[in-house]
Amino acid sequence: MYGNRLPNHSKMFIPFIMAGDPTPQFTIDLALLLQEAGASVIELGVPYSDPLADGPIIQRSSQRALRGNMNLENAINLAGQMRKKGVKIPIILFTYFNPVLQLGYERFFALTDKNEVDGLLVPDLPFEESEIVRQRCQQNGLKYISLVAPTSNERIKLIANNAEGFLYCVSSLGVTGIRKELSPKVQQFLQDAMKESNIPVAVGFGISSAEQIKELLPHCNGIVIGSAIIELVEKQLSNISTNNDVALHFIQKQVQSMIAPIILER
Amino acid sequence: MIPDYFGRYGQFGGKYVPETLMAPLEELEKGLQEAIQDEQFSQELLFHLNEFSGRPTALTFAKNITEELNGAKIYLKREDLNHTGAHKINNAIAQALLAKRLGKKKIIAETGAGQHGVAAATVAAKFGLECKVFMGEEDIRRQELNVFRMKLLGAEVVPVDSGSKTLKDATNEAIRYWVQHCEDHFYMIGSVVGPHPYPYMVREFQKIISEEAKGQFLEREGKLPTKVVACVGGGSNAIGMFYHFLQDVVELIGVEAGGKGIHTDNHAATLAKGSKGVIHGSLTYLLQDEYGQITEPYSISAGLDYPGIGPEHAYLHDTNRVKYVNVTDMEALEALSFLSKKEGILPALESSHALAFAFKAAKNMKSNESILVCLSGRGDKDVQTIMNTMEEQGYVR
Repeated sequence: MYGNRLPNHSKMFIPFIMAGDPTPQFTIDLALLLQEAGASVIELGVPYSDPLADGPIIQRSSQRALRGNMNLENAINLAGQMRKKGVKIPIILFTYFNPVLQLGYERFFALTDKNEVDGLLVPDLPFEESEIVRQRCQQNGLKYISLVAPTSNERIKLIANNAEGFLYCVSSLGVTGIRKELSPKVQQFLQDAMKESNIPVAVGFGISSAEQIKELLPHCNGIVIGSAIIELVEKQLSNISTNNDVALHFIQKQVQSMIAPIILER
Repeated sequence: MIPDYFGRYGQFGGKYVPETLMAPLEELEKGLQEAIQDEQFSQELLFHLNEFSGRPTALTFAKNITEELNGAKIYLKREDLNHTGAHKINNAIAQALLAKRLGKKKIIAETGAGQHGVAAATVAAKFGLECKVFMGEEDIRRQELNVFRMKLLGAEVVPVDSGSKTLKDATNEAIRYWVQHCEDHFYMIGSVVGPHPYPYMVREFQKIISEEAKGQFLEREGKLPTKVVACVGGGSNAIGMFYHFLQDVVELIGVEAGGKGIHTDNHAATLAKGSKGVIHGSLTYLLQDEYGQITEPYSISAGLDYPGIGPEHAYLHDTNRVKYVNVTDMEALEALSFLSKKEGILPALESSHALAFAFKAAKNMKSNESILVCLSGRGDKDVQTIMNTMEEQGYVR
């Protein structure tokens, strides 16, 4: 269970990767690389046709994975394959709600159990709609990861009190993507979240550089990086099909320099 | 019916949105309730509906067609006579007033056929609001005239190139933009879809159609119609047309786009062929594959080309209060041509679906029975599409 595997260092690096982009094998390679680089938890994205909370980089990633016939069931099985290849850190599934609904709770939780999935994050399931899923997660030993946004205000308390694993703070208004500048309100927002939360607080959405990480790190327990990693994958697409090691090496170097401030703090 | 605390009609509806949007939705919900209870708001709305849009719209007896079909009497509720040519303006005026009341000066909207986009651009011009309309590139191509109208009215049309480049993708993009700008933008949804309170709000603003129609019909016929028929994409004209008949002994029929036939993959018949799932913030019926990926709908009419349907329709379908049927592109085109030639009214392709069903049904009904059809919009915007298709099919020279 994720709770038992929670990393003991207080500064987490939480990368997001898309299952099957561009191939399932590459997703496994990338997960191993990120674990090696110091990832505390992997967020494994499930591609979706209509990803409302995502910007263009993750939308394109989703489309590439869908073209390779990736789906929720295959993505969960991919987590199991990662385990066999040596991924030991917790894996959290990041999926929109509709694929879970179509797979059905019975089948979904049987698969997450079999493939050692540790947690679930559903970006289009706000607190009010998530009760059944949260209960089922508890019964099945999964941590249900809750999000709070800069607009949450008094909702932060309600959400934080019911959150598990870590509390995911959305850094700014908007969808996922790379932003040059962070919102000036983010530090206050993170401090509010830290005050209400009994579990680690992580921040994500828009974070893509060592400088931004340095700025945010004193105010939280972890940083989620999604689009910035997916963009590295996108830049290496031609190498991935011809010279996989070159692609992995490039991504490794870039990730290492980006997350250096996190590693330094541990 | 009033949706429950979660915004649900039975199991349908709800708020399946990113956390960022929960606060703006709560703000809207509160603002809407206060507005609806405020007599001054209702009077201002009615004033603009009358003075600006031209309500009440006429009820027209289709005498020539009734005689030719030799069955039930056919009446048309003429929403095509509204300013900008469709029922969409009812909702746009109301939401613009609400946006102003909430202190928002910028509005965003999504559009398929362009009718809601034109309505949004129109009210933005009238009430001094900034307006961005999201529209799929494929729809921009097939609705060139409406795109130009929106620009003339001073709106910015934002082309959307993701997915099938139609209404579904325009809606995704509008929601994404809204997430980013929710603090000072008002999102004006054009149909009874989306997260609560949108399906409820849009229905409240469209129910004036049946309020008028029922009164007009009773005055003319001294009794209720046997059947009431409306086309259904997202379903806003239909819910508006059905609302005041829901408690009556009247058959209500929603007509979906059968496209090239529901035995093919090319249709938008959500209730006939869809299954339960979540789209654009609501739990409803939608077209999807076995893995929960939303599939591309198809219809000759851009306004019906949507893979989902309003949650209240899903509820009315499951409780059997409304019967949902479908007609094909070709049946709709034939109905369009028939109404144009016999009555001198060129209906929108969307409304032609409702007409096609009504004409078929009328033949098998008695002369003391009647059908009331919602003629949701006029067909001027569709002339290019109609011409191309009819030429392809060898209809006209």
